[in-house]
Amino acid sequence: MKNNVLKKLFSKNSITIYIVVAIYAIFSSLLYTDNLSRQLTNMLISVSCYIVLAVSLNLVVGFLGELSLGHACFMSVGLFTGCISSVLMSNVIPSVYIRLPIAMILGGLAAAAVGFVIGLPALRLKGDYLAIVTLACGEIVKNAITNINMTVESADFEFNGAIGLNTNKYGIYIKDVGELLPYAIVLVFVTIIVMMNISKSKAGRCIMAIRDNRIAAESIGINVTYYKLIVFVLAAFFAGMAGVLYGHGNSFAAASKFDYNMSIEILVIVVLGGMGSVRGSIIAAIILRALPEMLREFSDYRMLLYSVLLIVIMILNANPKFADLKGNLSIPKIISRLKNKDKTVKEAK
Amino acid sequence: MENNNSSKLVPYPSNALVTERDLHKPPVLEVNHLGIDFGGLTAVDDFSIIIGRTEIAGLIGPNGAGKTTVFNLLTNVYKPTRGNILLNGYSTSGKTTAQVNRMGIARTFQNIRLFSKMSVIDNVKVGMHMSVKENFLSSLSHGFGYSKAEKIANERALELLDFFSMADLAKAQAGSLPYGAQRRLEIIRALATNPSIVLLDEPAAGMNPSETAELMENIRRIRDTFNIAIMLIEHDMSLVMGICEGICVLNYGKIIAKGSPDEIKKNPTVIEAYLGKKKEAQD
Repeated sequence: MKNNVLKKLFSKNSITIYIVVAIYAIFSSLLYTDNLSRQLTNMLISVSCYIVLAVSLNLVVGFLGELSLGHACFMSVGLFTGCISSVLMSNVIPSVYIRLPIAMILGGLAAAAVGFVIGLPALRLKGDYLAIVTLACGEIVKNAITNINMTVESADFEFNGAIGLNTNKYGIYIKDVGELLPYAIVLVFVTIIVMMNISKSKAGRCIMAIRDNRIAAESIGINVTYYKLIVFVLAAFFAGMAGVLYGHGNSFAAASKFDYNMSIEILVIVVLGGMGSVRGSIIAAIILRALPEMLREFSDYRMLLYSVLLIVIMILNANPKFADLKGNLSIPKIISRLKNKDKTVKEAK
Repeated sequence: MENNNSSKLVPYPSNALVTERDLHKPPVLEVNHLGIDFGGLTAVDDFSIIIGRTEIAGLIGPNGAGKTTVFNLLTNVYKPTRGNILLNGYSTSGKTTAQVNRMGIARTFQNIRLFSKMSVIDNVKVGMHMSVKENFLSSLSHGFGYSKAEKIANERALELLDFFSMADLAKAQAGSLPYGAQRRLEIIRALATNPSIVLLDEPAAGMNPSETAELMENIRRIRDTFNIAIMLIEHDMSLVMGICEGICVLNYGKIIAKGSPDEIKKNPTVIEAYLGKKKEAQD
C-alpha cells in the first residue's frame, strides 16, 4: 500500500506536475514581490498560452499520430469569439475578471465547433493529405475572419477583421500580468491534467491503438472516426481557450498573425519536446519562447541565431548518445541508482 | 428462444462444418455464396460455409487461393460483391469492420499487427474496451467510476494473460516481445473483445515444432474454456489435421472440398490441387 502511494507520488506524470508547480511558484512569487524584470513579466502569459497550445497539439500529433498544421486557426477562432463575446457581455456583467472565464469557455466551444466541422471531412484522410487539408483550412479560417465586418450598436462595438480587434479600446485588455496570471495557471493545469489523464484511460488507449495500428484497431471494434474526431475537437477546444487568454493579455489582436507560420511554430515545439510527451512539450515551449527574447541583445542576428540553435537542438535530440545521457539524468533512474548504491554498500558490509 | 432452439435439432446440410455436440444449436456463422471481384479478377467466388457453435474449422489451400481474402470479407475489410454473411443469425452486410467485431468476429493477422508501442496489458485492455465502463468524461477527469472500471479491466486483462501464462510480461512493451509471444498476445487481444468466433490467420507461421504443439494445445483450451468457434488458416498440415474438426479447402477462390480431416486427406481433388495430377507425377 505504502509502496503504491510512493509510486504515485514519484510517477512520471506527478513529477511533470511538480515541475510546473515549481516554475509557476518561482515566477509568481517574483512577480508579486515586484522582482521580475519587465521582459520576463511580459513573457509569462504568452509562454502559458504556448504551453497549452503545444500540449493540446501533442494530443493530435503525439497521441493520435496525425499531422495537423492548422492549430493556430483554432486559437484565432477562440480568441475572436471569446473576446467579442466578452465585449458584448460587458453590459450584463460589468467585471472583466468574471467575463474572462465565461469568454474562455465560449471561445473554446467555438474553436471546438470549428474543429468538428474541419475534422469531420478531413479526418477521413491520412498522413500527408490530412496535413495539407488542415494547412488549407487554417488559411481559410484566417481569411474568413479577416473578411468579417461586424457592428453592434447597442454595445457600441465595431469589429473589422482586416484591421483587427483593439482589446484595449473595449476594456477587455488586462494590462497587469499579475491579475491575468491566475487564469493562465489554472488553464495550464487543467490542460496538462486532462492530457495526462486521457493517456491513462480507455479513450487514451483507443487513441494510441489507432496511432500504432489503425487496421488492428478497427479489427477489435474501435470506432476510428469517433476517436479521431474527439481528439481533434478536444485539442481545438484547448487551443481556443488559450486564444482567449492570449487576446486578453494583448492590447491588440489581428487575424493575420495566426497563420501557418504560427502553426508550424507550435508543431516545432511539439516535435522538439518529444511526440506524446507532455513534459517535453512544456519544457520545449518555455525554452523556444524564451529564446527569441533572450537573444534580443543580438538584435539583427536574432532570428539567425534562433534558427542555428533550433538546428543544434534537433541534432542533439536525434543523437542516441544524448538520449542516453538524458535518460540517465531522469529522476526514477537517479532514485534506482541511489537504491542500488545502498544495496552494494550494505552487501559490502 | 435459445431453449426452443436447443431442444430441436437444427437441420444442417450434409456439408456443414458442425460436429455432433453442436447439432442442436444454431450455427455461429453462415456464409451464403460469398464472392468478390477486384476489377475483372474474381478473387473469391461462391464461398458458402456453415460453422457450428464450438467448431474448430480449418481453411486451407495453396498459396494465392484467396484464404486471407475470405477473412477480409468475413470482417468486412472488403465489401463482398455477392452473397451474404449471417453471424449468430444477423446479417453483417453494410457494417464497418469495427461493428462486425462488436457483433462477434475477432481476428488475428498474418503479419502481426500489435499496438507495438503500448504495454502488453494495455494491448489486452484496449481489446476489451467495449466492456470497460468508462465514458469520455471519466476518461478526462479520472473520476465518475474511473478507478472501479480500471480495476475490473486490469483484473480481467491479467486473468486473460495468465490463461496463456504471460501475466509476468504484463508491463513489457508489446513490440519488444519474442515472436511467439507476440502471436499469443494477438490471440489474447482478439479474445478480449468477447467474440463468438475467432479467425486466426496462420497462427503457427514461423514457429518451431514445440511451439506449434503448444499453440495447438492453446487453441483447444480456448475453445473449451470460452466455448467459442475458431476458424484458422494454416499451412502446417500437422496442426490443421491435428485440431480441426472440419476443414474447407480453397483453390483459385473456389471451395473444392469440405469435410472432416480424414475425408480431406483422401479427397482426390485436394491431392491434385496440392500435388498436381497423378499421371504427370508418374511420367
